Amino acid sequence: MTFHITIDGRPVPVTPGQSIGAALHAAGVRSWRSTRFGGRPRGLFCGIGVCFDCLVSVNGRTPERACLAEAAPGDEVTTA
Amino acid sequence: MTYDLVVIGGGPAGVAGALTAAQAGLRVALVDASVRLGGQYFRHSADPRPAPGLGRFLRQARALDRRADVRLRHQVWNVTREPGGGLTVHATAPDRTAVPLAARRVLIATGAYDRPLPFPGWDLPGVLTAGGAQALLKGDGVLAGRRIVVGGTGPFLLPVASGLAGAGARVLGVFEANGGLGLARHPLLALGKAGEAAGYAAALARHRVPYRTRQAVVAAHGEREVEAVTVARLDKEWNVLATRVVECDTVAVGYGFVPQIELGVQLGCRTRQDVDGSPVLAVDAGQRTSVPGVWAAGEPTGVGGWRLSEVEGRIAGLTIAAESRAAGSRAPESRALEGRTDESRTDESRTDESRDAEGRDREGRDGEVAGVLARRRERWRAFGEALQHAYPVRPGWQGWLRDDTLVCRCEEVPLARVREARDLGATDARSIKLLARPGMGWCQGRICGYAVSCLAGEPPQPPRRPIAQPVTLGALAELTDDDPTTPPLT
Amino acid sequence: MSDVIVVGAGVVGAACAYYAARAGLDVTVVDRGSVAGGTTGSGEGNILVSDKEPGPELDLAVLSNRLWRELAGAHGGTGAHGHAGASGQRDVPGHGGADGGFEFEAKGGLVVAETPEIQRQLAELAAKQDVEHAVVPAAELRDYEPELADDLAGGVFYPQDAQVQPMLAAARLLRHGAESFGRGTLHLRLGAAVTGFVRDGDRVTGVRTSRGDVLGDAVINAAGTWGGEVAALAGVALPVLPRRGFILVTEPLRRPLIRHKVYTAAYVTNVASDSAGLETSAVVEGTQAGTVLIGASRERVGFDRTTSVPVLARLAAQAVALFPALRDVRAIRSYCGFRPYCPDHLPVIGADPRAPGLYHACGHEGAGIGLAPATGHLLAQVLTGTPPDLDLRPFRPDRFPEESS
Repeated sequence: MTFHITIDGRPVPVTPGQSIGAALHAAGVRSWRSTRFGGRPRGLFCGIGVCFDCLVSVNGRTPERACLAEAAPGDEVTTA
Repeated sequence: MTYDLVVIGGGPAGVAGALTAAQAGLRVALVDASVRLGGQYFRHSADPRPAPGLGRFLRQARALDRRADVRLRHQVWNVTREPGGGLTVHATAPDRTAVPLAARRVLIATGAYDRPLPFPGWDLPGVLTAGGAQALLKGDGVLAGRRIVVGGTGPFLLPVASGLAGAGARVLGVFEANGGLGLARHPLLALGKAGEAAGYAAALARHRVPYRTRQAVVAAHGEREVEAVTVARLDKEWNVLATRVVECDTVAVGYGFVPQIELGVQLGCRTRQDVDGSPVLAVDAGQRTSVPGVWAAGEPTGVGGWRLSEVEGRIAGLTIAAESRAAGSRAPESRALEGRTDESRTDESRTDESRDAEGRDREGRDGEVAGVLARRRERWRAFGEALQHAYPVRPGWQGWLRDDTLVCRCEEVPLARVREARDLGATDARSIKLLARPGMGWCQGRICGYAVSCLAGEPPQPPRRPIAQPVTLGALAELTDDDPTTPPLT
Repeated sequence: MSDVIVVGAGVVGAACAYYAARAGLDVTVVDRGSVAGGTTGSGEGNILVSDKEPGPELDLAVLSNRLWRELAGAHGGTGAHGHAGASGQRDVPGHGGADGGFEFEAKGGLVVAETPEIQRQLAELAAKQDVEHAVVPAAELRDYEPELADDLAGGVFYPQDAQVQPMLAAARLLRHGAESFGRGTLHLRLGAAVTGFVRDGDRVTGVRTSRGDVLGDAVINAAGTWGGEVAALAGVALPVLPRRGFILVTEPLRRPLIRHKVYTAAYVTNVASDSAGLETSAVVEGTQAGTVLIGASRERVGFDRTTSVPVLARLAAQAVALFPALRDVRAIRSYCGFRPYCPDHLPVIGADPRAPGLYHACGHEGAGIGLAPATGHLLAQVLTGTPPDLDLRPFRPDRFPEESS
């Protein structure tokens, strides 16, 4: 049932229906972005699309909220 | 095409309102940003586990799906009054294109989100809002961590902690900043929800989760993610009396909720201050806001939980349907939908409550139903207000902050810069924002707004967010050819 | 008792207070709200010489441009934001990148032309303006702005055009005024709404406020878009009207997409237009915070703050036409403000002969940030009996025909 997405090329398992943020968090990847001034690591915080901390680039698109984006097989996540 | 009603938000209020109106024959669309209906309380995974009230909600959601145009993964960024008097709900689709929906009436059912308070280290990965930890569990079946500290204030901490413990996490403690009386004297008991409170108490006891009142997480420590927290014993005003360090890998914190009201503010709806000082949309007995054609239900009218939200949604649906009939404004197309409504009459999924709300004889019964619902609403509203009284935010939290503690996570504004702005002549939250940028980033002050208001010494102001959700300039540019149109109902 | 009372803590009031204090006068600034809470707080912070026809406003702009550079250099420091310097812009000539604590950035302005005919007109205007500029042929536009659309006919580059963070600029000028010339010469009284004037016969000798009377030998009306209302309290007419503008703010970009302030030639004609209807033109620039600001719209609709999606859509469409790479960039905020508009598009600066003791410094329309230092400097000269560096007659308060007031 599970499928995989990748983060910077590394495979991450996904249970169908999970968000990209949840899949990364479950795989122990708790940050995937650094802030633009302080370079601070960021991952999930509010988990419901409010805080924008979990911004992530999927398949080369401009960043979106990982907690709202449903993972699809083969999604390529890149960190910044 | 113009909808009789566009509902914004797919939680208990939005679904109840949309279903009630659709069952009365109105042409309804419901828009929600998530992948599934449910909002925060009824958030569920693709393969949901049983939860109180969830079965009923899912039946309502399925019924709604047959009777209305449900648009998930759509984000509403603006609601506009058109020159002709109609309303346009501006959304963006998952592919980021613009989706303007024309509506005669709008129901704002946008819910609420966790109110976080800043503390040193609160931006370390592994620190989540209580609702965030809950959402991971309910929506994705993911445990936020292995060794979890739960903190904040309010009864919401109880289901979060017992949910995490029940799913296998080691919950190292629930630190409730208020309530010097302990779990045995929890206000939930006094408010006639003894069963619920006892259930949580039993769950916490079963998993040996300590519940500590007048204690709080006042700092998080770690390099790349949280490794430990400082837990403090507090006085009544939340000043720190003594501290200890607790090792953990995850923190879930929440200090109540912030109602999402910016779409109402955009439209000029009158607001009032809720018990806890939060600006909420003022509504009348029929859930009408001060702006014609605009209704609100659920947390945006005052935080009170899912039961209050649902009953407000139903009342809104009833008054919207009644006004729609009175105005004779049902679009010709909507009659086509009636067939479907009638077809589904034998649908076993309908609840007793939803049957109350329809039927050819409903005109004569509206008043009666509304009376019952109104009484139910008063009861739950009183409950919500009592909880807000019992779990206020006390000013001592400001003493937890250090000069370098980020107040605004998006723009990385530390406390020192907020102070500097005040020193430069910023006398209110808005001018602090103008001088030091807290609230100017991605989240537009949703996360830091409450804290900045407190630091400015004023109650939170109604949020002005003319662009409530990010929208690409390309999608915005598409709207230059006016005339909102929507694809046909599928 | 102060020598000077300044009504309004926006950037113009702050500059008036700063230069008066620098000239040795005791100053009290009163504002009904906070520092920079009015139009200053809604501005982009433009310091432009490029968009003005030759004449008194351009003279004011050129003087002001020099003064802004002086201020940025004199007070050094980096912006309160503390993140400055990420944008890779050229430094302030001769000042080693000092930004005055208000993010001064001499980024330069690029005016672009859609057609060869417009390009010819732009070059003509530039020749008449007598300010530093370079006519840029179409083929060289991308040397200035690599992301520009490829169907443009050329442009003119103005290296003197600059930007500040306007709220910080106002706040810092007030602070520098208080600190640099002896503590106590500049007092701030915020949250005090002016409700009337104290008179001694005809003469204005102070203001009545919601928080008590404030007495002074001179009162400067720097109330911006609300300058007409303040003037009316003194019994004099001043036709200052609100001209609404929206600004779109994008998500912060990791790499700066836009280096200069870039706008289309239509902006120049819109600024000078008398129309009450909606006019928009593309004005696009990056900021030190990483966001892109997109303007500009002008319409006279009173003080209505309701967001207009059609206006935002036009701003977006024009910006995308100029910079196609912006198509996938998201707008995350927008805001609006009310420019103080006078019928002849010139500010009101100087003594009001109809009310001795009352001076005006308002009505700068969309150029208030840019023109603030010159306005403050010239008024300080007037107040101290020094001949002003510029002829103030074009800006005199009683120049408007009665019926327009």
